[in-house]
Amino acid sequence: MTSSQLNELSTSTVANVAEVPLWKQDGAEPFLKIENVTKMFGEFTAVDNISLDIYKNELFCLLGGSGSGKSTLLRILAGFESASSGRIIIDGVDMAGIQPWKRPVNMMFQSYALFPHLSVADNVAFGLRREGVARGEVKQRVAQMLDMVQLGALGKRKPNQLSGGQRQRVALARSLIKRPKLLLLDEPLGALDKKLREETQFELINIQEELGVTFVVVTHDQEEAMTLATRIGVMNNGVIVQTAEPHVVYEYPNSRFVAEFVGSVNLFEGKVVEDLPDSVRIRSKEAGVELFVNHGISCAPNQTVHMAIRPEKIKISRNKPEQTENCIQGIIEDIAYMGSLSVFKVRLANGKDVRVTQPNFVRDMGARFTWHEQVYLSWDMDSSVVLTS
Amino acid sequence: MKRRSLFLTITASMGFIFLYAPIIALIVYSFNKSKLVTVWGGWSLKWYSELFKNQQIIDAALVSLKIALVSASLAVVLGTMAGFVLSRMGRFRGKMILSGWITAPLIMPEVITGLSLLLLFVAMEGMFGWPAGRGTGTIIIAHTTFCMAYVAVIVQSRLASMDETLEEAAMDLGAKPSTLFFLVTLPLIAPALISGWLLSFTLSLDDLVIASFVSGPGNSTLPMVIFSKVRLGVTPEVNALATIMIAIVAIGVLVAMYQMRRQTKLTSE
Repeated sequence: MTSSQLNELSTSTVANVAEVPLWKQDGAEPFLKIENVTKMFGEFTAVDNISLDIYKNELFCLLGGSGSGKSTLLRILAGFESASSGRIIIDGVDMAGIQPWKRPVNMMFQSYALFPHLSVADNVAFGLRREGVARGEVKQRVAQMLDMVQLGALGKRKPNQLSGGQRQRVALARSLIKRPKLLLLDEPLGALDKKLREETQFELINIQEELGVTFVVVTHDQEEAMTLATRIGVMNNGVIVQTAEPHVVYEYPNSRFVAEFVGSVNLFEGKVVEDLPDSVRIRSKEAGVELFVNHGISCAPNQTVHMAIRPEKIKISRNKPEQTENCIQGIIEDIAYMGSLSVFKVRLANGKDVRVTQPNFVRDMGARFTWHEQVYLSWDMDSSVVLTS
Repeated sequence: MKRRSLFLTITASMGFIFLYAPIIALIVYSFNKSKLVTVWGGWSLKWYSELFKNQQIIDAALVSLKIALVSASLAVVLGTMAGFVLSRMGRFRGKMILSGWITAPLIMPEVITGLSLLLLFVAMEGMFGWPAGRGTGTIIIAHTTFCMAYVAVIVQSRLASMDETLEEAAMDLGAKPSTLFFLVTLPLIAPALISGWLLSFTLSLDDLVIASFVSGPGNSTLPMVIFSKVRLGVTPEVNALATIMIAIVAIGVLVAMYQMRRQTKLTSE
């Protein structure tokens, strides 16, 4: 990505911060309303009583593992599956009984589903022709759309003559040509290699902002969700576990599932010994010490909870740090050098392993920590989260 | 390069000789000048011109062509419907039995197919007065019946390998199921339909046994005429006729193979 694009990106982020997002405004009308939607396949509940509001111009990511029900929910929105119960309201219209070919929704498929017998231009024109748009306008809009996805010169090619990245862009162009109010994307970047994926992520965001379409993206890739989304809905077993902005999902997960699914995390089990309005003290056998967290929780005394701390928020040092709280001792058991950072597996005296990541500030290998070295781990009391579920 | 083993070369040659020596002999002898089939008398096209003067053979060839054209077309329509049902109805009670029934004619001895169809036609004529007598019509029905099974199998396998999300994508872009069938499904299975049609055409053209059961007087197909002529002794004329038929069938098979290759090329990534 060029620096000018980066600038554009950062300014657009600033602009977004300036105005209060719709989902934080009281009484804002959601664009897509999912109300108590349940989908059963025989005895199996794929989607379990989900309610969700998505607002105009959002880029909402449904994040979950395979079998979490995220794809089923997407297919219900597109109309390929009908919900066993509940309602889907798009832009004020109840979608019950509305066939897929009549919905103001388009979908970009994981496999892209390009028609192999049609040229790129005919693939893109397919939706417009079904609407009976005049021939001249079809031609003009297709050309415009192909230019936007930078495929202007390849209109005559067949899909099997394109690379993976090009096919992905044809699929995107085809799904956007009808100017849908809502675009559903099923693992849009799944089939691309890492480098191409990173480039395309930013393209996708630019296009979304340019056209002002509401995007609902399904993905199992947390990095993808983090980069793309305005908000993320983390799904597990047919239920949305947490809905929040990417940084909230990462920094303030509301459950062990979210903490472990998004990024990696160290969990310490313990019992609450003191629960004040603005701090919690936890006695943890796993950590070997008492843990302090500077946010209150509402729970019964002596309740078993988990304290979660992300690996990059743990400081590692040879000398005993000054702080007395949240400080434990261990031995480096394993090191994974990953270039920009190193991952350490530190074993505590009671046998528990703690994962710590450190940026590689210095080049000199000798100055770094090495195997079987005794180290101190410490973290600030506002870096960790107490999870009750 | 790896040296080919002598054993493999010999085996392959033996196999090809076994398969094609009789056919090559037949083709060569069709250009024989001599009236005796077993004696070589030099090259000549005489028997081909004799053949085209033989009104009985030309009539039979026309009957055969007509039957093959009509029954191949009917078989494609019915077989496509059957193949579509088999691959798209999902799992339903009795699917195994239905698919078994549809493919049964592939392995049924022709004598039994012919005999049972004959009995059916006679019974139907007795009950409803249709089909009145046997002839071209009954042969077309019989050929359609067994060719349809081949088409159904070809179409079913083609549909099974087709990505169903293509149809969903078409729906998503505003195509009703009827429109999407003609715009997406049909073009994608077209190669299977063409090869199914060609296969049906050649099967119908070749068939002797079933046609013998269900044809009536004055409606002999080409294989029936050849067979009756051969019973009176093989004439070089029959060799010439057989050579022409081999050419037609070979062209049909080659085109069908080319279509199959093209379809796999189109869909493979």
